[in-house]
Amino acid sequence: MRHLLSATAGLALMLASGPAMANRVFVSNERSNDITVLDGETFEVIGTYPAGNRPRGITISPDGTELYVCASDDDLVRVFDPNTMEELHTLPSGPDPELFVLHPSGNPLYIANEDDNIVTVVDVKTRQVLAEIPVGVEPEGMGVSPDGRVVINTSETTNMAHFIDTETYQITANVLVDSRPRFAQFTADGSKLYVTSEIGGTVSVIDPETQQITKKISFEIPGVLPEAIQPVGARVTSDGKKLYVALGPANRIAVVDAETDEVIDYLLVGQRVWQLAFNPDETRLYTTNGNSNDVSIIDVETDEVLRSVQVGQQPWGVVVAPN
Amino acid sequence: MLKGIIGLLAGAAALAQPAAAQSPDPVLIRAAVLRVDDPGLPPISRLDLPPADLGFAGARLAIEDNDTTGRFMGQDFEAEEVTATPDTAEAELARLLDDGIEFVVLLADDATTLALADQAGDRAMVFNAMARGDNLRGADCRFNTIHVAPSRAMLADGLAQFLMWKNWPRWFLIHGSHPQDQAMADAYRTAAAKFGARIVEEREFEDTGGARRTDSGHVQVQAQMPVFTQRAAEHDIVITADEADVFAAHLPYLTWDPRPVAGSAGLVPRSWHPAMEAWGGTQFQNRFERLAARPIREADYQTWLSLRIVGEAATRTNSGDPETLKAFILSDDFDVAGFKGQALTVRDWDHQVRQPILLTTGVLTTSVSPQDQYLHQTSQLDTLGIDRPETQCQFPETP
Repeated sequence: MRHLLSATAGLALMLASGPAMANRVFVSNERSNDITVLDGETFEVIGTYPAGNRPRGITISPDGTELYVCASDDDLVRVFDPNTMEELHTLPSGPDPELFVLHPSGNPLYIANEDDNIVTVVDVKTRQVLAEIPVGVEPEGMGVSPDGRVVINTSETTNMAHFIDTETYQITANVLVDSRPRFAQFTADGSKLYVTSEIGGTVSVIDPETQQITKKISFEIPGVLPEAIQPVGARVTSDGKKLYVALGPANRIAVVDAETDEVIDYLLVGQRVWQLAFNPDETRLYTTNGNSNDVSIIDVETDEVLRSVQVGQQPWGVVVAPN
Repeated sequence: MLKGIIGLLAGAAALAQPAAAQSPDPVLIRAAVLRVDDPGLPPISRLDLPPADLGFAGARLAIEDNDTTGRFMGQDFEAEEVTATPDTAEAELARLLDDGIEFVVLLADDATTLALADQAGDRAMVFNAMARGDNLRGADCRFNTIHVAPSRAMLADGLAQFLMWKNWPRWFLIHGSHPQDQAMADAYRTAAAKFGARIVEEREFEDTGGARRTDSGHVQVQAQMPVFTQRAAEHDIVITADEADVFAAHLPYLTWDPRPVAGSAGLVPRSWHPAMEAWGGTQFQNRFERLAARPIREADYQTWLSLRIVGEAATRTNSGDPETLKAFILSDDFDVAGFKGQALTVRDWDHQVRQPILLTTGVLTTSVSPQDQYLHQTSQLDTLGIDRPETQCQFPETP
């Protein structure tokens, strides 16, 4: 506790309550059980803070006042004040929460329970479980439509994207995709849904209206074994022009023209690149590199990798505070 | 149970899986797991005593996994669990075949597996979840058999690649006196030639039926093992081929020269290990341990994977028709995920499942082969085991 306090001493001037400093970057470190906080302007490490056992999924409320972390081995979600990194309270999550997505309004939180084949819906204000929705084996990826009406869960062993109605908590469609779907990401206009398949090595482009796969994006990198190309995290710019896909042990980010869904470039980052996050104005993309224990920072306009910053052990997820 | 969930998902079926919506009763896909227990001596270590549900626990997890997916597909899976002795195995299989079961997972030794595969003929697809014999994938291959267990050649090659990367090419090979030990020794000889290692010395540890597990056993062993290994040619590592589990586990720390031990003890090549955590393995281990209340064994993993192959085929073809599933499993379009970091596929020349080999110590996975530097024109996994040009397997032209 003592060294925790000294770690936060430098932050004293920011202790006033309110939204997190804009552009501050939060990285969950799965093995060292902590959160590394970076300054989004200077990329300096501001501090490292305990986060419970096996922190993985990480997100922040739209108003920037609450940081949510899946503490997978604690079977709960920890809620932090993003300014002080003090733990405010916890949320029930169901067992082994891995990834989650916050409703665009900031409430509720939809959590994938990897060991239990369910998605848990939690009200972040009342801290009550609203629903448990049975899904396929090893639920992982969670995406939400921009209008908040549909939540997508991907199940890694069932190999489906499950469409969940956020009003009724009923599954309305199941789309079979390639092996081990990891992540689901809508475009900002809601017209397309991207689902990455880690073992299949593809990204399925799904029309959310018809729940049909309209295209599969595949990847080919000279000098990299095809088996090493394992799409995991994905983010699309809000103008719908560029999609970035983390390719896991290929140690690269694929840059995809999101209008044609053709790959335009590959960017070399750290080892086992896992999840991605933009800063609020989408000029920077942060990548967690699980095996090299660092974060790469990409200039979104030029697609150059600017630098990498050492964080904790096995960085898993990343989120940037809103403006 | 199933009905309730289907009711909950009624709206689901209508949109993406119309077939499921049309048939209110789920399609039943039946399989059986036939385990032939050979009443041999107990293992050297009591930690290796076989649990009563060996293999079956893996089957139960696979059926759970398949049924969870099956809810969305209108499919229901079951696997009958049958134990037999070498004497009763034929009758048990006959009963299963007469009952119309067309997917049979076998947990048996090499000879029994071959005999039962022949008995099944074209009436069932057989999944070999235990027997490692290279002959079963070679001269004695059978078209109806999918080898989910890795072959001895794959295990030996997986270890050999790692030892070459480690720059330990001089091997002192010690094998047991049982036929399966000799077969494993053959696999190491082939692997050494294939990857450029040298077997600088070979010895046979004869199974004389000595007193194991007696109060004074370790005293005897402590004296015997150093003597047995003394004055061997200069070597980097001791490779043990002891499938009968007679001596290898005693060798680490008791060799005459201070050398590491691999093979049947020390660094052991396996299909799976309960400490494996990469590639989603943690979740798989958690699910298994919650179900079986014990750590997983290779036989459980291989049985799980066998039934997942059936389940995956049923999902991808949206069918419960055994002929459709068999054809799909043997097609180029088939692959399945098995927590090994890449898609697992079936070799068309001998029906061996391609898979990475784990190199494990007692508590950890030390490495996973194939090693990066061994490349291949079609699949890196084909650097492990008998490749297409070398195969002695000849399937009938049009089965």
